Amino acid sequence: MNKLNGQSLKNLLIKNARIIDPVNSIDEVMDLHVQSRKIVKWGKNLQSDDAETMEAKGLCLMPGLVDLHVHFREPGYEHKETIESGVQAAIAGGFVACVAMPNTRPACDNAQVVKYQMERANLLNFNLLPAGTLTQGREGKKISEMAEMKAAGAVAVTDDGNWVVDSGVARRAYEYAATYGLPVMTHAEDPTISLNGVMNEGIVSTKLGLRGRPNASEDIATARDIELTRLCQCHLHVQHVSTRGAVDMIRRAKAEGLSVTAEATPHHIALTDTEFVKYDTFYKMNPPLRAEEDRLAVIKGLEDGTIDAIATDHAPHALEEKDLDIEKAPFGTIGLESAFGVVMTELYHGRKWKIGDVIRKLSVVPSEILKKTNLGRLKAGDHANFILVDLDLEWCFEQKDIYSKSMNSCFFGKKLKGKVLHTFVKGFQYTL
Amino acid sequence: MTAGVQWTRKDLLGLKDLSVDEIELILNTAKSFSEVSQRDVKKSPALRGKTVVNLFLEPSTRTRVSFELAEKRLSADAIGMASGGSSMTKGESLWDTIANIEALKVDIIVMRHGSSGAPHRVSNYTHCGIVNAGDGINEHPTQGLLDIFTLREIKGKIKGLKVVFVGDILHSRVARSNVWGLTKLGAEVVICGPKTLIPWGIEELGVKVVHDVKKAIDDADAVTLLRIQMERQNETLFPSIREYASTFGLTLQLFKRAKPDAILMHPGPVNRGVEIEGALADSSQSYILKQVTNGIAVRMAVLYLLSGALKNE
Repeated sequence: MNKLNGQSLKNLLIKNARIIDPVNSIDEVMDLHVQSRKIVKWGKNLQSDDAETMEAKGLCLMPGLVDLHVHFREPGYEHKETIESGVQAAIAGGFVACVAMPNTRPACDNAQVVKYQMERANLLNFNLLPAGTLTQGREGKKISEMAEMKAAGAVAVTDDGNWVVDSGVARRAYEYAATYGLPVMTHAEDPTISLNGVMNEGIVSTKLGLRGRPNASEDIATARDIELTRLCQCHLHVQHVSTRGAVDMIRRAKAEGLSVTAEATPHHIALTDTEFVKYDTFYKMNPPLRAEEDRLAVIKGLEDGTIDAIATDHAPHALEEKDLDIEKAPFGTIGLESAFGVVMTELYHGRKWKIGDVIRKLSVVPSEILKKTNLGRLKAGDHANFILVDLDLEWCFEQKDIYSKSMNSCFFGKKLKGKVLHTFVKGFQYTL
Repeated sequence: MTAGVQWTRKDLLGLKDLSVDEIELILNTAKSFSEVSQRDVKKSPALRGKTVVNLFLEPSTRTRVSFELAEKRLSADAIGMASGGSSMTKGESLWDTIANIEALKVDIIVMRHGSSGAPHRVSNYTHCGIVNAGDGINEHPTQGLLDIFTLREIKGKIKGLKVVFVGDILHSRVARSNVWGLTKLGAEVVICGPKTLIPWGIEELGVKVVHDVKKAIDDADAVTLLRIQMERQNETLFPSIREYASTFGLTLQLFKRAKPDAILMHPGPVNRGVEIEGALADSSQSYILKQVTNGIAVRMAVLYLLSGALKNE
């Protein structure tokens, strides 16, 4: 397995990097000085007699990426991923902080599991931000111990993968979460409609003879959750938006002033259900890859601010699990290592986005949603949490680029433009 | 017309991928093999020395026996493997099963699987020829071919015929294979059933959807009835067998709306009193048993063509 080793930064002067930081309104070629793992300052022609220097001409230095949605599988599913391997994948992709989903075994539905995950990540010098469950055991019946989980460090609550079907339970859970200011991250999908579908329901599923999950399953769940947000006055964060209907509803909810945020994944930005033609389970994810109209609606939603953030939904699964029959293979694709390249290729190069907008979706806004203002921006006196990237480097995503314990990527063979070359996390430097 | 066409595929996965020429090549080859089954000594040496494994991972009687007979009549060495008796019940993966079969130097695997696309996935992993004997709700190409063969044998053509399918289209791999094949050959295909049993957007494949069974079979040249697949349903798609039988069940009386020389087909097994009135199944217009007989010739043709392509590799 690939392994990145971090170097603790004692005294480093990064020279001539194009420093981009939307929060501080910076976009200029400058130097940046790190000492004892912390940012000292940035500016033109910085001098330091004793610092090691690193020439970064032609590279961009920007705040490290923040992922609102990863599955690190520990405890319980260490054959798919561990916190250690997940952190490796994150760093390889330029992420300095990740929100870990609670569908572990046992589920992260109590403060002990939250603490366990954070301690593991602290040993690895990584900003792991656990999400606790909404309901105990992710069963959709009883509210989880959110107050204690928050005190232990949980940043949000979610039953990700399971939508709380019982609207009465959901109402109370969302209200309870609002008491503690915890965002409710919702996997908006009515499972009674999705049922045993393995891909998007549409002409492609009809042609392939596969059972489908219609857009309506996501739309109905999104509509209910928006109405509960109105009722409960909670912060609703809609995960991995994939349908044009959901994008429209979120847009309207925001216009009405409701506290709703949303994320989209790189694979829903880049791919559609036509990828399924070879019955390849690496394209089996939930929500499924949708039709082209949905893909374009998601991109439009990102562009007009309806969708706030890009999150990977990094979902590692062992090869022998993914090799099962299409109906039995688990849902999900890994995404941390490929995310920056895919987003740059599709949005910066493909749709001529400004680089500041890429950073907003991948770093600034996620950190704001989590209220973690030490992330998503450069801050003198704080740990070095930033990345050095080449905006134009062309590369092809391959197995050798994977640091996760699992190989289930839907982006193998994809030609990408834009790559992370160095990730600095909590003052440690990792070179790819 | 198909004289110049050479069969080059090592697999038969579905009618979706086949060209008109390829379909006609199979049908014409089947025609010459149908004569073998009429003889006293029902044997051709075409596949002598070849080994065929019948890997049936889902229950099947009709298709399985038909393939076994086709293999024996071609002089192939045929071995059966069913899920119950195989290592797959001990947790062996499909890939390992296929690799083991290949290590036994098998030429062709005839495969029935409950998961759509399973033979397509396997075909990329093995040098063995793969014949799809039904995958999930996707395709059942040899059934589709034998239906088309039977229709062509009786009507002398396919182009311009009105062919109607009534029943559970959603879960029917037979219907899907027929739709791909018949539309390519220029038939007018009509699909009939309640909306809950019709796949999303099937019209885009060039078929007409009619929900009134009377209108659907008006002036039809052929009607194929599909069984209600109770075992594939874990959701409520229609209220009761009784209501289904009274609204979509085909009777002698109803069948009179079709052309006087219309033929009735059914891939079996037949549920008398549900989708079909017993007397209609037994009528002179019913070609259900003719389909069964033709199945052997069509499967012989497929095995013969694949083994020729494997030799050339």
